[in-house]
Amino acid sequence: MTARTLISLLPQLILLLTALILLGINLIRGDDKRTHGWLPGVALVGLAGAVVAIVYLWTTTPPAPPHPILGKMLLVDPFALFLQLIAVAATALVIMLSAGYMRSRTADPGEFYALLLIACLAITLVTAATDLLMIYVSLEMLSITSYILTGYFYEDIKSTEAGVKYFLFGATMSAAMLYGMSLFYGIARTTNLVAIAQGLSGPETSLRGLVTPALIFLLAGFGFKIAAVPFHQWAPDAYEGAPTPITAFLSIGPKVAGFAVLLRTLLIALPHFYADWVILLSSISIITMIVGNLLAIFQRDVKRMMAYSSIAHAGYMLIGVACWTQGNPPGPFDGLSGVLIYLLAYLFGNVGTFVVIVALEEATGSCQIEDYAGLVSRSPLLAAAMLIFMLSLAGIPGTGGFMGKLYVFGAAINVRAYALAVAGIITSVIAAFYYLNLLRYAFFQPPEDMSPIPVSAGIKVALTITGLLTLVLGLYAQPFLQLAQRTAHCLNGAPF
Amino acid sequence: MGTNVLSIITFAPLLGALIILFIPREKEDWIRWWSIAISLVPLGLAFFVYGQVRSAPGQMWFQEAYEWVPAISVYYRLGVDGISAVMLLLTALLSTLSYFYSAFTIKERVKEYYFLFLLLETGMFGVFVSLDLILFYVFWEIGLVPMYLLIGVWGGERRIYAAIKFFLYTLVGSVALLLAILGVYFQTGTFSILEAAAAHPFADNFSLAALAFWGFFLGFAIKVPCFPFHTWLPDAHTEAPTAGSVILAGVLLKLGAYGFIRIVLPFFPQVFRFYAYNLPLIPILAVISMVYGALVCMAQWDLKRLIAYSSVSHMGYVMLGISAAAASLALERGHAALSTSAVMALNGATLQMFTHGIITGGLFFLVGIIYERAHTRDLRAFGGLASKVPYYYGITLVTGFASLGLPGLAGFWSEFFVFRGSFHIIPVFAAIGIVAVVLTAAYILWKVVQQMFLGEFQQSKWDAATHHAPLSDMTWWEKVTMWPLVIVMVLVGVFPSVIVALLNGATSALLLAVSSC
Repeated sequence: MTARTLISLLPQLILLLTALILLGINLIRGDDKRTHGWLPGVALVGLAGAVVAIVYLWTTTPPAPPHPILGKMLLVDPFALFLQLIAVAATALVIMLSAGYMRSRTADPGEFYALLLIACLAITLVTAATDLLMIYVSLEMLSITSYILTGYFYEDIKSTEAGVKYFLFGATMSAAMLYGMSLFYGIARTTNLVAIAQGLSGPETSLRGLVTPALIFLLAGFGFKIAAVPFHQWAPDAYEGAPTPITAFLSIGPKVAGFAVLLRTLLIALPHFYADWVILLSSISIITMIVGNLLAIFQRDVKRMMAYSSIAHAGYMLIGVACWTQGNPPGPFDGLSGVLIYLLAYLFGNVGTFVVIVALEEATGSCQIEDYAGLVSRSPLLAAAMLIFMLSLAGIPGTGGFMGKLYVFGAAINVRAYALAVAGIITSVIAAFYYLNLLRYAFFQPPEDMSPIPVSAGIKVALTITGLLTLVLGLYAQPFLQLAQRTAHCLNGAPF
Repeated sequence: MGTNVLSIITFAPLLGALIILFIPREKEDWIRWWSIAISLVPLGLAFFVYGQVRSAPGQMWFQEAYEWVPAISVYYRLGVDGISAVMLLLTALLSTLSYFYSAFTIKERVKEYYFLFLLLETGMFGVFVSLDLILFYVFWEIGLVPMYLLIGVWGGERRIYAAIKFFLYTLVGSVALLLAILGVYFQTGTFSILEAAAAHPFADNFSLAALAFWGFFLGFAIKVPCFPFHTWLPDAHTEAPTAGSVILAGVLLKLGAYGFIRIVLPFFPQVFRFYAYNLPLIPILAVISMVYGALVCMAQWDLKRLIAYSSVSHMGYVMLGISAAAASLALERGHAALSTSAVMALNGATLQMFTHGIITGGLFFLVGIIYERAHTRDLRAFGGLASKVPYYYGITLVTGFASLGLPGLAGFWSEFFVFRGSFHIIPVFAAIGIVAVVLTAAYILWKVVQQMFLGEFQQSKWDAATHHAPLSDMTWWEKVTMWPLVIVMVLVGVFPSVIVALLNGATSALLLAVSSC
């Protein structure tokens, strides 16, 4: 283990250290109420440290492709760093949300922040994993912490039920994924992604016919993480029952991890099987967009609606994956940059929505859509923020969501995947219907209870960050797009 | 006053809106007068642009081009020719009058109201000055959200239904538009409207060109709205607050027609020609809009709904004029009389956009004025108002006559040009369409003039319908709102060249470029 290896793992080390410190503090002074006040602060400091480390690694990445580390288990390239940044930012926003929420709902929030940081650490590992074993281990690490966090309110029957459901479904999917990995090992006699590609490109492999079934098993695991149909059934229940800040985390964290491994596996290990997986992914994408958006219409609980909405967004991101073109220099409108920019827009828009949901839940104790009636009179700030986020999720220009949609639809037309573009366009209109429905309550319906809704400082900060970035991404997307394009370029094998 | 005059016009209302955010909510009068004041900036500049463009309306003036999102080759490109200059004038005038009228009628949530209205104004200006397809699309959609909220919050009884219907209908069109824009981009490699038009996308592949054509068509036809995509309009126009209806009918419908002229005709002349002449689907839809819209007006008893349907009918004239210009490409080239007719038809279409904006904007103000008093729009509740509110009667009479195309008023010239041009090119459709002119005269004279104003005023009927509402003639602010519109109607009616001169130069240049391909 060289010094360079350790430096490459700096973000992970910082996260791990912070998590351990949090656990330690909790062990020593967990009974003291005042401690709970500054636990989130410690976690945020740790996350800020991780951001600094990531930016440092990014700016010092040599122009040549970086070398894999730890026995070719991990590859810390700009692609990994880009996604790590999203994961860390999402976790930081979730922690800002959690402070007030957890204090009022549980007596011992100590492990909560430590677990969140470990989940974040797991995502950062997933983004860099280049070996099936590493992928499996880090995904499991993310899953297990997510199960616990979902069922964190063990006295609340809904939270417990959500945790157990999530766990049972997750365990099944991860078994399927492990089976798929074992098939790949059988075919290529290695678990390393690069080596698998080499093993599969030779003429002597008589087991090539097994690649597609193996891939389907693998997709079960990845699809579970990104909540793509038909591996999505856990999402509505888990989203509804989990503590709301954790719902926010579930809507972005596992997606980042899932897309990281999906892209790495497909593009590094299986580029020669493009023709096989592109059909598979296109179909999943179309079904996901349709099912997610249609079922979201019928939800009465905002968290459940957001669950289906997040399923639908996975479908849009999959358009970008399905429109990857081999060896095509990522110019304007390449699928890969589309996925990255969409993820970024989704991070701000979706987490921002959850900020509003948490603020409202703290005030009213409810997540029913009816209880958003008259939000504009009760808190103009929350209503205005909600407007921005809903418009972004619906893909209306001026917001980040539009840039994401424009880019992936452009990618689809670029490679003449008209079916994907048309399905995406039609389902966007369906999606607008339920986002507008929420706005209808917030703006047009008179409230039953006129009392103003208090908004805490942490929530205001989170709202400002997500709201501003949503608008900036919509109105001045150039730096973000440039970054996404260069990152995507380097995943395709080119220097950053 | 450098070359950024278009940016200033476009973003002055946005700046005004942002400043409103910092004015305290209680200072409602500050907000009202600030909005009116800031709207004078684009109004003044629109007159300046009008004066400049007059000298050579066929070329693009005040062009601006900056990098915006070069990563996907999106640029900030602006420019105006005679057509857009006229549209800027219309938008600025109606916006200022709307703010002025609203200052006396809107009492609730004044801050949000003006904030949204100014945002909407930026979106409308943006569409008329954009020379980049993505920029065009962004402005196109930005107007959608404020209008949705304006209808939904300040609208009538069925406002929520109308607001959502308006938003979703327009969104369906917009997404089709977006696909078509992307299709054009991957064919021509540019989002620039001028460059893409010069490249004639898909000129070698009729089926792909037709696909892109119908994508644009859907987006614009819903906005115009052209039959059978018009069903959102009566709901939205009827439920919107008065100033919202004025802007909807006066400007937002023109965005769709403008798209046909600025994008569809120059991009796909051959496909447009095919569907305007060989397989005349578009003239058929135009004529149906004209006649059907007028027939529905005959059957309406809700005054506001009647005016709304008259917009469907009148925007059909615009579509007829545009299709005639497209159809002329199918006939013998270089035929001087024919190209004169094509230019005339397009002049008529664009002039109709302007005059309809002024006249129908005025009619919606007038509906609002009577509704403020009666709190009903049922025509059967009225009768004999002429003796009670003579001033209101006079103004309504002039506006109504302008709407039915009485010579000497603005509406006459646009209808005359449309029919004069189309009769030479697509005579059958022009002949059927002329029925609409007769029907318009019928419903304006019978439904509006006779039902509302003529006959004996019956106090008991009025009291029963309006719950003893007091009836007074127009107030000073209502007069101030209406007079500029009446003046424009008469001015354009007597000297049509003040507007036509600009339009003619631009349409001639446009048709010349189109027919040379």
